[in-house]
Amino acid sequence: MSHLAQNLINGTLLGGLYALIAIGYTMVYGILRLINFAHGDILMWGVYFALYMVIALSMPWWLGFIVGIVLAGLLGFSVEKVAYRPLRNAPRISALITAIGISFFLESLAVVVFGGIPKSFNIYPKFFNKIVIFNHLRIQMLTFFILGVTFVLLFGVLWLLYRTKTGTAMRAIATDIPTTSLMGANVDNIISLTFIIGSMLAATSGIMWAMRYPQVQPYMGFVPGLKAFIAAVIGGIGSVPGAVVGGFILGMTEILVVGFFPNLAGYRDVFAYVILIVLLMFRPTGIFTVYSEQKV
Amino acid sequence: MGTKRISFKTNFILTTVFVIGVGFLLLAASHSVGDYWVRIITLMAIYSIMAISYTLVNGVTGIFSLGHAGFIAVGAYTAALLTLPIQQKTMSFFIAPLIWPLNSIQMGFFPATIIAGLVAAFAAFLVGYPSLRVTGDYFAIATLAFAEIIRIVIQNSYSITNGSLGLKGIPPYTNIWWAWGWLLVTIIVIGSLKFSSYGRALRAMSEDTVAAGAMGINVFKHQLMSFVVSGFFAGIGGALYAHWLTTIDPRPTSLGIMLTFFVLIMIVIGGLGSISGAVLGAIFFAFAAQWLRIVESPMNFFGITIPGIPGMSMLIFATVFILIMLFWRRGIMGKDELSWQYIYDHFAKKAGDQD
Repeated sequence: MSHLAQNLINGTLLGGLYALIAIGYTMVYGILRLINFAHGDILMWGVYFALYMVIALSMPWWLGFIVGIVLAGLLGFSVEKVAYRPLRNAPRISALITAIGISFFLESLAVVVFGGIPKSFNIYPKFFNKIVIFNHLRIQMLTFFILGVTFVLLFGVLWLLYRTKTGTAMRAIATDIPTTSLMGANVDNIISLTFIIGSMLAATSGIMWAMRYPQVQPYMGFVPGLKAFIAAVIGGIGSVPGAVVGGFILGMTEILVVGFFPNLAGYRDVFAYVILIVLLMFRPTGIFTVYSEQKV
Repeated sequence: MGTKRISFKTNFILTTVFVIGVGFLLLAASHSVGDYWVRIITLMAIYSIMAISYTLVNGVTGIFSLGHAGFIAVGAYTAALLTLPIQQKTMSFFIAPLIWPLNSIQMGFFPATIIAGLVAAFAAFLVGYPSLRVTGDYFAIATLAFAEIIRIVIQNSYSITNGSLGLKGIPPYTNIWWAWGWLLVTIIVIGSLKFSSYGRALRAMSEDTVAAGAMGINVFKHQLMSFVVSGFFAGIGGALYAHWLTTIDPRPTSLGIMLTFFVLIMIVIGGLGSISGAVLGAIFFAFAAQWLRIVESPMNFFGITIPGIPGMSMLIFATVFILIMLFWRRGIMGKDELSWQYIYDHFAKKAGDQD
C-alpha cells in the first residue's frame, strides 16, 4: 500500500513537471501551429542561467532561480523574434525545420559556453533534502516544494488565460489571428508574451527537475521536451487544461509502470512514445479536442 | 528564349563519360591523397546515400520524417552482426551471449549489405504503415518517436545488439569503391523513381495531397512505397557506415537524433527534393566537418596560442543551417536536378543575358 502511495506521489511530481513544460508547447502550437522544438533547450538554458547566477555571481539561491527563469523568458522572446517571426507566413514545414535548427543551435551553443561535461546542480539549501515520515511514507521536503510551486503556477496560468483580458486575447488569437487583430489586440505582442510565459514555465520546471535529478548538461532538455510535447498531444494540442491533464497522465504512467515492473526500467522512455503512437493512430486530437481533422 | 533540348543519346553519352571520369578521379585520388582523405572521400559517398534516401521522403514526397537515423541504425546493426567474426562476437558479448543463429553466422560484405537494406526497408514498412495515417508535423513526431524506440530497444537488447556496449571490431570492409559504387546504384534507382510515373505521382502529392488524391493517386500507397525505398537505402548507408566506423553504439549522438539532424542539414543545404542537391550537400557537409576541426584544435598565430573550442564546429553548422532556412530556403539546387539540360539552359541563359 505504501509502495503504491509512494509511486502516486512520485507520479504526481513528475506529471507536474511535464505539465509545466507542456503548457508552453500547447500555447505556441495553438497560436502558430508550430512545434517549438527549441522549447526543451530553452529549459536547459534556464537551468544553466540559474546555476551560473548562483555560482558565478553568488546570488542567493532563490534570487538566482528567479533571474534564471526571467532570462529564459527573454531567450524565448528572442528566439521567436529572430527565427520564428520571419517565417510566420512560410510553409509550416519550413518553420518546423527552423525550429529543429534553433534547438540544435542552442544545444551547440551550450556545449561551447558551458562545456559538454555534466555539472552538478547542488546550489539549493540542504533543507530540501530532509525527509519527512508520514506513517511509513518517506517524503523529501523537495517534493512539497515542487508540488507547491507546480500547483501555484498551473492555477496562475489558468487564471491568466481564462480570467484576464490578455488571456482572452491569447485564446482569441489561437482561434483566428486576422479577426483578433481587427478587434484591436496587438498580435505580435501577444505572441511574444506567449513565448515568454511558456519559456519561463519550462525554465521553472527545468530548475525543479535539476533539483530532483541534480545534474545539468547541454542535452538535458531534449527528452523532457519531447515527453512534454507528447503530454500536450495526449491532452489535445492547443488546450492548456489538456496539457496539464496529459502531463499528469504521462508522469503517472511512467512512474507506475516502472514501479510495478522494475525489469522494464530500461524501456522507461519507450512508454511515452508508444502512448503517442497509439494515440495518433486512434485519437490524434487528444482528450480535449481543439482542432479536428482538417476538411478540404 | 528558345532553348534546345538535349537528346536522350547525347545525355546518355555525356552521363557515361561523366561517370567514367568520376571513376578515374577516384582512382587517382585513392593513390595520391593519402589514407586520411581517402576515408573522407568514402564518407562523402556514405553521407550522400543517406541524404538521397532522406530527400526522397522529405523533399520529393513532401512528408517530413524525423526517423531516418532509426533505419540507418537498423542497417548498421544488421550488417555488422552478419559480418562480425565469430570469435569477435564471443569476445564482445560478455553481458549476455548472442542468440542463435546470429552467433554462428559470418558472411561476406555484399550479402550482408543487401540483407541490411531489406531489414531496414521492412522496419520502414512497420513504421510507415501506422505513421502515414497522420500528416504534417504529427508525422514528424511519430517517426521521431519510432526512431527513439528503435534506439532504446537496441540499447536494451543485450543478447542481440550487445546493448549500450555497442559492437566493436567490425571488419573495415567499406572502401572508396563500395561506397561510390553503392552511391551510383542509389542515384540510378532513386533517380529513375523520381522521374517515373510513380515519381510524378509523388511530386504531385508533395504539391497538393488532396488534389493528387482526387486525380486517382493512391496517396497512402505511394507514400508508403517511397518511405520503404528510402528505408532500404538508409539501411545500405547504415551498413556502409558501420563498416567505415568499425565501432557502433546506440548513443543519441552516434546513431540517434543527432545523425538525423546531420542528414537534414545536408539536404537543406542541397535543396529539399533534389538528388544532386543531396549529393552536393553531403559532400559539402563531410568536407566542412573536417575543415572545421581547425576551430576545435589549438591554433598558433604568430606565437600566440589560441585554445581550441570544443563543440564550435557544431555551432557553426547550426548557425549556417538557421541562416539558410531564414534567407536561402531554396538551398543549392532547390527541387531541380543537376542535369546536362540544366547546365545547358543555365549557360544559354547567361549568354542570352549578355546579348
